[in-house]
Amino acid sequence: MSQQQGQTSKENMLAPYRVLDLTDDKGFLCGKLLADLGADVIKVEKPGGDKSRNTGPFYHNIPHPEKSLSWFAYNTGKRGITLNIESGDGQEIFRRLVEKADFVIESFPPGYMDGLGLGYSALSEINPRIIMTSITPFGQDGPYKDYRTSDLVSSAMGGLIYILGEPDRAPVRISSPQAYLFGGVGGAGASLVALWYRHIAGEGQHVDVSIQECVLWSTYYEIPYWGERKLYKRAGNWAPRMEIVYRALFPCRDGYINYRAYGGAMFGPGQANLVKAMDDEGMDVGNLKDVNWRERGIENTPQADIDHFEGKVRQYFKQHTKAELLELSMKWNFMLSPVNTVKDVVAYSQLEERGFWAEIEHPELKDTISYPGFYFKSSAVPQRVKKRAPLIGENNEEIYAQELGFSRQELAILKQNNVI
Amino acid sequence: MGPVTAKFLGDLGARVVKVETQRRPDESRAFVPFRDGVSGFNRSLSFAHYNSSKYGICLNLNHPKGPEIFKRLVAWSDIVIETHRPGTMGRWGLQYEELKKVKPDIIMVSHTMQGQTGSMANQPVHGILFQAQLGFPHLTGWQDREPIVPPTPYSDFIAPFFVFVAIMAALDYRQRTGEGQFIDISQSEASLHFLAPVLLDYIVNGHGQSRIGNRDSFLCPHGVYRCQGEDRWCAISVVDDEEWKSFCRVLGYPKWKDDNRFATIWQRKRNEDELDKLIEEWTLNLTAEEVMKGMQAGGVAAGVVENGEDLLDKDPQLKYRHHFRELAHTEIGTYKCEVPPFRLSKTPIDITMPPPCLGEHTEYVCTKILGMSDDEFVKLSGEGVFG
Repeated sequence: MSQQQGQTSKENMLAPYRVLDLTDDKGFLCGKLLADLGADVIKVEKPGGDKSRNTGPFYHNIPHPEKSLSWFAYNTGKRGITLNIESGDGQEIFRRLVEKADFVIESFPPGYMDGLGLGYSALSEINPRIIMTSITPFGQDGPYKDYRTSDLVSSAMGGLIYILGEPDRAPVRISSPQAYLFGGVGGAGASLVALWYRHIAGEGQHVDVSIQECVLWSTYYEIPYWGERKLYKRAGNWAPRMEIVYRALFPCRDGYINYRAYGGAMFGPGQANLVKAMDDEGMDVGNLKDVNWRERGIENTPQADIDHFEGKVRQYFKQHTKAELLELSMKWNFMLSPVNTVKDVVAYSQLEERGFWAEIEHPELKDTISYPGFYFKSSAVPQRVKKRAPLIGENNEEIYAQELGFSRQELAILKQNNVI
Repeated sequence: MGPVTAKFLGDLGARVVKVETQRRPDESRAFVPFRDGVSGFNRSLSFAHYNSSKYGICLNLNHPKGPEIFKRLVAWSDIVIETHRPGTMGRWGLQYEELKKVKPDIIMVSHTMQGQTGSMANQPVHGILFQAQLGFPHLTGWQDREPIVPPTPYSDFIAPFFVFVAIMAALDYRQRTGEGQFIDISQSEASLHFLAPVLLDYIVNGHGQSRIGNRDSFLCPHGVYRCQGEDRWCAISVVDDEEWKSFCRVLGYPKWKDDNRFATIWQRKRNEDELDKLIEEWTLNLTAEEVMKGMQAGGVAAGVVENGEDLLDKDPQLKYRHHFRELAHTEIGTYKCEVPPFRLSKTPIDITMPPPCLGEHTEYVCTKILGMSDDEFVKLSGEGVFG
């Protein structure tokens, strides 16, 4: 613990800990989650600011390093300093910071920190309790360790996109970057595992997180299918189950609905209720009323019966909006989900009811912005997303002058020499 | 949506007891594929994949004595994770307040689709459907076509990572303060952090993003290109003009590289369709692996669009890092199981325990962990508590 041993805070779960966050966009979410949990996370950027500050979209569409929305999104709660760790003075300052830190998180290419004399073995000599977490595309070792990546490439090599898309076109990614976020949240969990070990053993360790492996955890069927020597392939919105195919997407009056005529113990009872709902509106449901859907899984229903049922569902959904169908599903107890647009998600009442959105002030923009808020409710220590992402070098004065005790004169020298 | 979190804990060395009943086994025991295509609760590879390193017991919480036995397990535990619909644990008398009486510093995690509160908390829905409500399909697919619903419950695999973070933070808090806690975690609220910039773009700019295929709003070329062989593809992203030069070098300086159409990022963006066609003419003559290796050697990000076979049997990186471990299971035989996606230098992961057959460890857990006498166990069994 960086401050007095054993000191606790009722306010924040990870309050006693300090994190030095050297990551780029491959690891932002890791530090953000630790910061939202109350750790003192110091984002260390190179002088002039991190390159990912130039990533759009931007606040009010103004391209500016202080206005990147992905920077905003994934750096909340952190303090920010600038430091050139490639310079000797910068390395000296970094070592001093490590003395009082609990975690260093970084996402440089493997070997880069070692090359600067700031690898785990060097840092652990300064502070044996330090936990160093490296979040990299493929991990610290292995034949691909030096490979370059992007969200698209990591999503491809982690197996996520092979299963997405339609058979007549290329596999397709999710349009908003996902891969590094798996690395970030995986890195946060792994760092805390090392913290737990530190409680037991009294020493830190090096945590090696592979983004590829993190993404792989999202692919589900692909791995078990190949366990049976079957390729799980993309099929658009058609889902194969045994020899039967069924639809996942149905148009409704103002968009689409995700529904599956899956039957069996999980989906069957709801399916029967959906038939009742159709019947209630005077639709001709014929003998569908008599089917025992719980007994009738998709795999023992003839394709023609599935098609017939889906035809009725299509007809029913066409008469209603997404909002109406969601309400009907609650009333009659059947399962579906509207395919929400971004606007729908922002307007979704459940999130508001639970106080999900966090109002974060941006004094320099003279604005307050609603952010996705903290992601769980704790009975012991209510957590929240507390403050906006740091500006470039925003906390230099606090850290360098007040904490490390540099004089104005020394700070000016460091600034002039592009160290901070 | 629950099993991954506890699998991670088990793989890392925690003793995890999975509680099911004979009448209602874990739903994923019925998920395809089954070993050799023969169905059975102990034969699902999907279930197997997410449940290594766990003991399995059957305990009927609807039996009058069920909750009492459960509480004896709680007294032994550090963490309880459950994913029932809100209110279910309470109906068994097993809500946090009650568990706390048995184990004052217990950490109880309720992981549900939409949390314990709010008017939609009880929406009847499964992850395979619910991901649509969070916006993922709207943002997946081609501009000129309908949204693509991922064939997997995508958000079911985001949330466990967040739950894992919450649990580890709660353990640390307990270590320092002696206090447990109740954690109400909503899959929606966790997963929406994966769309945060998109949400902010709408909130501050009024811009509702939609699906754009494999394009990137700011980079070009940026796509997935068909290669030699059946359904083989390589993803390529070029991040700046410098990499564009490298990219052209890897392609052997094609005639069109100096075309006005492609000289700058602006021009490439304007003529992206044409450029993609020209790139694919090149990739079609090579294997996906050749394209990847060539690009990477030239300093350009590129990667094979890996399928199940690539991931499990071919990818040399995953092999090198032992991401898959072979486990032997009594009914399935041997199969390959993933480990958590990180390595700790001083505490390596070593998984040895295959997923439990339904009720496999009921007796073991009752007699060895809970210290029941054989007589008591037999008596309770006879009463159907472990049904």
